[in-house]
Amino acid sequence: MGAGNFEPVLEVRNLHVAYLSRASVPSSVIVDVSFDVRSGEILGVLGESGSGKTTLAASLLRLLPSNGKIQHGSITFRGQDVLQAEPRELESLRGRRIALINQEPSVALHPTMRVSDQVDEVLAAHDHLSRKARREKLQQVLAALFPTETDRISSSYPHQLSGGQRQRVLIAQAIACGPPLLIADEPTASLDPATQREILSVFENVRRRFGVAIIFITHNPSLLAGLADRVLVLYAGRIAEFGPAENVLFHSLHPYTRVLLGCLPPSFGATAASRKTKLPVISGDAPNLDLLSLGCRFEPRCEDRFEYCRTREPVAVSPANEHVVSCFKFGR
Amino acid sequence: MSSEFMQPLIRVESVSKYYRHRRILSSGHIVHALNGVSLSIAPRSTLALVGESGSGKSTLALCLACLERPSSGKIWFGGRDIATLAENQMRAVRPQIQLIFQDPASSLNPRFTAFEIVTEPLVLQRRWKGRQTREQGFALLERVGLSAEMASRRVGEFSGGQKQRLAIARALSLEPKILILDEALSALDCSAQARITNLLLELQSSFALTYLFITHDLAMAAHIADEIAVMNRGRIVERGDPQKLLDSPEHEATRRLVAATPQSIITSRMLGA
Repeated sequence: MGAGNFEPVLEVRNLHVAYLSRASVPSSVIVDVSFDVRSGEILGVLGESGSGKTTLAASLLRLLPSNGKIQHGSITFRGQDVLQAEPRELESLRGRRIALINQEPSVALHPTMRVSDQVDEVLAAHDHLSRKARREKLQQVLAALFPTETDRISSSYPHQLSGGQRQRVLIAQAIACGPPLLIADEPTASLDPATQREILSVFENVRRRFGVAIIFITHNPSLLAGLADRVLVLYAGRIAEFGPAENVLFHSLHPYTRVLLGCLPPSFGATAASRKTKLPVISGDAPNLDLLSLGCRFEPRCEDRFEYCRTREPVAVSPANEHVVSCFKFGR
Repeated sequence: MSSEFMQPLIRVESVSKYYRHRRILSSGHIVHALNGVSLSIAPRSTLALVGESGSGKSTLALCLACLERPSSGKIWFGGRDIATLAENQMRAVRPQIQLIFQDPASSLNPRFTAFEIVTEPLVLQRRWKGRQTREQGFALLERVGLSAEMASRRVGEFSGGQKQRLAIARALSLEPKILILDEALSALDCSAQARITNLLLELQSSFALTYLFITHDLAMAAHIADEIAVMNRGRIVERGDPQKLLDSPEHEATRRLVAATPQSIITSRMLGA
């Protein structure tokens, strides 16, 4: 698995994002998040609903809803400061240099436009190419995503396609302009497992062929095994754990990552004795972002907590090379 | 639980369901959603129904819940064939076979409070008995892990897992014999999935429930079910003991599902580690 060279495409430093509610009390959704995305890598972002993963994606493109505010921090895309970018600069970032695939594939396509026209529309909006060059590029992208039946699918309408094919069209749109970075937010959530696998391999192919770095956001840890180079685990807007996928998924350190992975049903390779037994769960309720205490956000639900976890926020420590964890268990 | 010696609670006998695709000028074509499906479920057991999208799982669920009428075949339940009942007789059967859908956000009325959602079936079935029913409503909420103070909240204030708990409480209000869970866990995070799974296991033993658990997720099916049936193109192509089915899948469709189940990678390696 080529993690590409180590030069970052995107650098996020100490990002804080909050939503203002009715009473104008900000609730912090992203707190002190720092990470980088290396060129050509697949970075998995793992988090449950409410962990801030979609807010994180929206912040990177400055597409937050009007009550969402980036309070501080910096986002640098290939040396360019995203947070200071003028509207015109932003326009050339969005779609052309950083592409986004959203959660709901069924509503993302125009129902009465042919596939080829929809992909062409993206090229026309961002690339100033001659008509001939544009057509060649369009052919190239469509052929990459649909190696067989390229022509039939190009001239189809979305309703004539399966869920997996529609997702491929969205990927075609996303990579049409050759962006260095693609953000995919739960891109396989509504697909069945066989189609899910198929789309995951499409992402891998696209990464290899076009050298695009991918931020793959999901709540399902099992999708990241074998796909992501590195995995970032979000809990209540903070990075709990970040490191090579191998370490985070198979040698997890943070108590949250460990219980989260423990929730998966153990069927494969397990004995029949464990069938119909209770699965391990994370005790307690999901955190209320309006009422957070000083300490670690996972502390109330943590089985390994210490006394001081309640009063101090853990800092990120790195017990192993490249593997970072925010937990007092691994250093204070 | 062995199903061989027990009288099945529900028995499906070569049920088929055809849909006619109408076109304006032509007579259209016929879609065979179910093609001679036969199966039976023993009381208090769980049958998991797995298969790719479009294989007919949900159509079968609708036929069992008396919401669609099969084109042919029989469904034996409570000593009679419910596939051919008259509409007014079906009304009496429906409470006993309850259906829970994938997306609780769209299957629950957003204007209702939790209490209203849970007790509405009792009103509709004319089983409202004043104070007794009120107490029953609160008891149901508590049974699925929702506190009495949540009773006056509306659907929008609940998390995905809590909404699914509400849907379960609502289904239980009519004291059904069978719960059909149609992808009921698919939209949830894995930690919420684990909690709802545990709740389902608990409810099954305390209310002697029978489950038809429809899912894409083979690993979860193997965990929760006594038996798995695999559907493909409107037919049941393989059924049997979960472990055996996973270890040595025979039909092509089963093999595809096993290969596509990513859970296998993480959990088997985590167990090994």
